[in-house]
Amino acid sequence: MGGVRTAGDMVLRMQLAKKMRINEAKQYVADKLGLTKDEICDVVTMAEVREDRGFGLANFEPYAESTIGMEAKFRISEALDIKINSVERFKERAGLKK
Amino acid sequence: MNEEKKFFTRMGDGSIVYMTEAEIRADILAGSMDAADRGKIPPLTEEEMIHIYDIVTMPGGVVGVNPRDTIVTSNDSGSDKISTKCGIPTERSVNAMIHERVLGADSVDIGLEDYNYKTVKGVAKREAAVLKNALNKTTIPLFYGAMPNLGFYTKPDGPVDNWAVLLPEGKIKEALAAQEEAVEHAVRDIVYVAEQMYDIGADGFQLDTSGAAGDADFLAALKATEIIKERFPDLGVEIGMAGEFVLGMHGKLKYNDVRLAGLYPHQQVKLVEQAGASIFGAVVNTNCNMTFPWNIARVCTFVKACSEVATIPVHANAGMGVCAIPMCENSPADIVSRVDKCLIEICKIDGL
Repeated sequence: MGGVRTAGDMVLRMQLAKKMRINEAKQYVADKLGLTKDEICDVVTMAEVREDRGFGLANFEPYAESTIGMEAKFRISEALDIKINSVERFKERAGLKK
Repeated sequence: MNEEKKFFTRMGDGSIVYMTEAEIRADILAGSMDAADRGKIPPLTEEEMIHIYDIVTMPGGVVGVNPRDTIVTSNDSGSDKISTKCGIPTERSVNAMIHERVLGADSVDIGLEDYNYKTVKGVAKREAAVLKNALNKTTIPLFYGAMPNLGFYTKPDGPVDNWAVLLPEGKIKEALAAQEEAVEHAVRDIVYVAEQMYDIGADGFQLDTSGAAGDADFLAALKATEIIKERFPDLGVEIGMAGEFVLGMHGKLKYNDVRLAGLYPHQQVKLVEQAGASIFGAVVNTNCNMTFPWNIARVCTFVKACSEVATIPVHANAGMGVCAIPMCENSPADIVSRVDKCLIEICKIDGL
């Protein structure tokens, strides 16, 4: 799907977290983002969505305003209503969560 | 006299061959029937075989699917390929970012260049540091990956007697006992590594080429997955196979009362589900002596049967020498794209 160029990373997270087959995973992500399955597969549409909602992109300028890596994963975790292990461990290590 | 039109395709070793329509259709039928006979599964329908023919003979080097039908990718030693295989001296977290931002990968795994859990166990905490560094920088899911590779537990590299030596010597009981002992060592090492990776936030854990050393090797992967899912339920596990058929090096090993020797992908996936894995990596071996049409029809027959019964995502392993990808280092894009198109459109796979 192109990973962060579309919503491929999010679809794969649903496969890992909930064992969803591809169409179910795509529908889940689409529903959570308020988009269609076609839109989450589209590079141009998702570039705008990812930039607006801070889900991380493959390209980011200016750096100061972009959301990448762990910051993006915090937002993805909330948007998809799933636990992302690296986010949970980060919260523990940063003292944000007991 | 007009010569019959011939189409460009390849053999299983990647060499170029030109085939007539009749030859291609005959090989597609033969490949599907071979899989159906071995796996005791239905062959492809006539419609599916026609679809494969259309894909094989489609003009153009690279073929594609409709954007709405695109699927996701996982991989084995993905982050290591740039440095180890291509000789570009980049650190693995950098490789992960290259996969994410340049190559458009949906996920990637961090793994040691000596890609097996016995070796990794000795440096697991340092490997965890590499993965943690990568996790802080990347958005895509990151796996930690390696192979169970049961053979490494045999002497002189490991603690148990070598069953490959014992069996030809007729020491059957000793050979079976050695494999059973190796399973226990492997499970312990795999779970230890999983614990380190879970602690630093790994999104997934990959058991690559499960079954490479036969049924005991597959059993190690299943037992390790069961323990991992019990202790770390949030850690997704992917079990990728080594071959289409689980070789009975032991012959009597069972998992949940199912004998492991002789299982094909549509049977393997059910045990992988029972162990608690999130993703199953189906494998069908490429026959170097047969044509691409033969190989891809055979692959589609096996993988379709697997996908139809699976309740977890199926990621067909489409790498060198498997799932009709030729057995050569530089995979030709004309074949790779046709394999992907067939697997997506006919087998309804969930990933590659």
